[in-house]
Amino acid sequence: MSDLDAFRAEVRNWLEANCPPEMREPVRDEDDVCWGGRKFEFKNDAQKQWLERCVEKGYTVPDWPKPYGGAGLTPEQTKVLKQEMARINARPPLQSFGIWMLGPALLKFGTEEQKVHYLNQIARGEIRWCQGYSEPGSGSDLVSLQTYGDDQGDHWVVNGSKIWTSYADKADWIFCLVRTDKTNKYQGITFMLFDMESPGVSTKPILLISGNSPFCETFFDDVKVPKDQFVGEVNRGWDVAKYLLGHEREMISGGGAGGDMLSIGALFAKSLGRNEAGELDDPILRAEMAAFDTEVFAYRAMGERFMDMWKTGRAHPASSNMMKYVGTELNKRRYELVMAGGGSEALEWDSEETKGGARARSWLRTKANSIEGGTSEVMLNVIAKRILDLPGA
Amino acid sequence: MPLYHNDDQAMLKDSVAPFVAEQAPVSHLRKLRDKADETGFSRDLWKQFTEMGLPGMLVPEAHGGLGMGHMEAGIVLEEIGRNLTPSPFLATSVGAVAALAQAGGTQAGRWLPAIASGEAIVALAIDEGPKHRPDRVATTATRSGNGFRLDGRKDFVLHGHVADMSIVSARTDGGITLFAVPKDASGVTADPRRLVDSSLASHVRFDGVELDADAVIGEVDAGEDVLNALLAATRTGAAAEMVGVGQGAMDMTVNYLKERKQFGKLIGEFQALQHRAAHLYGEMEVARATVMKAQQLLDEGSEGAKLMVSVAKAKAGRAANLAVREGVQMHGGIGMTDEYDIGLYMKRDRALAEFMGDVHYHIDQVARMNGY
Repeated sequence: MSDLDAFRAEVRNWLEANCPPEMREPVRDEDDVCWGGRKFEFKNDAQKQWLERCVEKGYTVPDWPKPYGGAGLTPEQTKVLKQEMARINARPPLQSFGIWMLGPALLKFGTEEQKVHYLNQIARGEIRWCQGYSEPGSGSDLVSLQTYGDDQGDHWVVNGSKIWTSYADKADWIFCLVRTDKTNKYQGITFMLFDMESPGVSTKPILLISGNSPFCETFFDDVKVPKDQFVGEVNRGWDVAKYLLGHEREMISGGGAGGDMLSIGALFAKSLGRNEAGELDDPILRAEMAAFDTEVFAYRAMGERFMDMWKTGRAHPASSNMMKYVGTELNKRRYELVMAGGGSEALEWDSEETKGGARARSWLRTKANSIEGGTSEVMLNVIAKRILDLPGA
Repeated sequence: MPLYHNDDQAMLKDSVAPFVAEQAPVSHLRKLRDKADETGFSRDLWKQFTEMGLPGMLVPEAHGGLGMGHMEAGIVLEEIGRNLTPSPFLATSVGAVAALAQAGGTQAGRWLPAIASGEAIVALAIDEGPKHRPDRVATTATRSGNGFRLDGRKDFVLHGHVADMSIVSARTDGGITLFAVPKDASGVTADPRRLVDSSLASHVRFDGVELDADAVIGEVDAGEDVLNALLAATRTGAAAEMVGVGQGAMDMTVNYLKERKQFGKLIGEFQALQHRAAHLYGEMEVARATVMKAQQLLDEGSEGAKLMVSVAKAKAGRAANLAVREGVQMHGGIGMTDEYDIGLYMKRDRALAEFMGDVHYHIDQVARMNGY
């Protein structure tokens, strides 16, 4: 038995003994997701237990080094753990922007002290982070951001506002792009970290077309940020931001089509019925669903190859843009089919039978997939410039 | 296994890619076409392939081959695709070898060493009619004397007029059986047709062809497994070749965008074209990953291979087709000329798209395998 096979056996045993049965059910709604943080309330004991056991083992962030709260797994071992978790439909013990985004940025740019302090908090689910990037006047053109940190010796005084801050109203801390030099566009931004309970921080949820408010406007009114709370170098926050956007794209692309691997055609054949040949009883919709399923299975292979290459430094550094583009466009297409398959039933907005219009709301939510974290059009620009090396792009 | 080429496979690519590009670039295809070559490929080139051991890549070592896998064969096929090289490699060294190796027995012992040594060209006589429907077999093999009598007609048989042996699917009393039909068998007539991509494919007639009992590949009435092995290997191989065709067309087109000027600008500066090129890049990358996954699953003998093979043939079909269409469009007027190679890519893509099931066939298969 190879080392990896032995590891697989060990993981399988551990999961069997430690993953509560309730945590092997599909995630049905937002309540089922464990985000951690100071304000988080566990839905049930199983959710809490699952988090605690994974924290102890380093499995909330399995590929992070042990001193920072991880399990120090190799890419191959991490893949095995994911496969074994998927095999029993285990839910992720903890999800957070700390794991997906700030963590990788700190691992690359943070000081040893920052890594030990912040990464352990993230790994244990103690601090929930939000991301302060976009501003009302700076969407796709992010680098034009105006939120300003005035240097006051031992601290900055930050003024301005952010928009589309996911779960800002639920977050404990923010990692935030702040202009610290108005004369230099790219080299005048600092990547700051501060407590959302600092005086002068306020948030206001934004009501979206889905009827939900996962995003906020966030306002900074003379917020004091100590001068040791930044990542990388002062005025070089754009480097950190760009690196981190790569991870955000990786995450969005992975969560898009990669997340749900069930055949959509098989799913709807049950509700729409079958003809005498056993085929989904709507030939054109069947064809569209089959074409979509084919794309999803193909994208799954792409996701596997991308991760294998990314983790071993073989991937083109800009290839996460391609993953994000393809994955999000696919996810939007999925929900167009979900709505078509659901027919008039899927239109219901607040009925109990539809879990409060879950399908309609999700369908609308997916429209943001190709806007947030860099629009599809920006992704195509980046691919054209950095991968295809097209002129003037 | 990670989904990228390991060191040995990377080395194989490093030796095969320059070899094919030097010995059989697109101009090689043009030469054969312009002299109306009647073989359909260059026997000299096949000799060179043999010197490198390529025809026997998939042949088990016990039969004189290299015992490699589909991932390795795919490396060769991608280069064949990229250079539009006319070659019996796909049918002979991939499809036929997969069938014979799966079946074992007399025919495997006879033909596998001959394929590995470059002596035998084998054709796949599977299709009947213009669309690929391998389960609808009208050709019959009836018991006769100590063997069988074969009657029927096969279409789209690549290399059918020159092959030393053809693998023929036929209906027998209790199912489907595959037969090895030698070139000189009496009652076999191959009618070769020049296709749009300058390749030669035959309509082959079998009129009372007498076959020995040992002409059966595998077992009588139980040809389905052997046929499935043949189909999976050939479809995956065709998909790999299409990735090469698509990549070749895309590379040529992206280069053209960096050279051609209109309105005082390189046309690659126009965002309308940049976005389409970038979209194509994504499609090609997904197709490549999909084909590699199918190769990997086939090499592992995995249950999931069948689904992924259809996904690969469909996805590679979609992506390569986009590559050649965008290629011709972005080349503008010269894309319509015979002088430029991009049109040749479009032609080869069309032929490969049809070979062993088109996009629609395989998407339908995906639906069926998922139970709807």
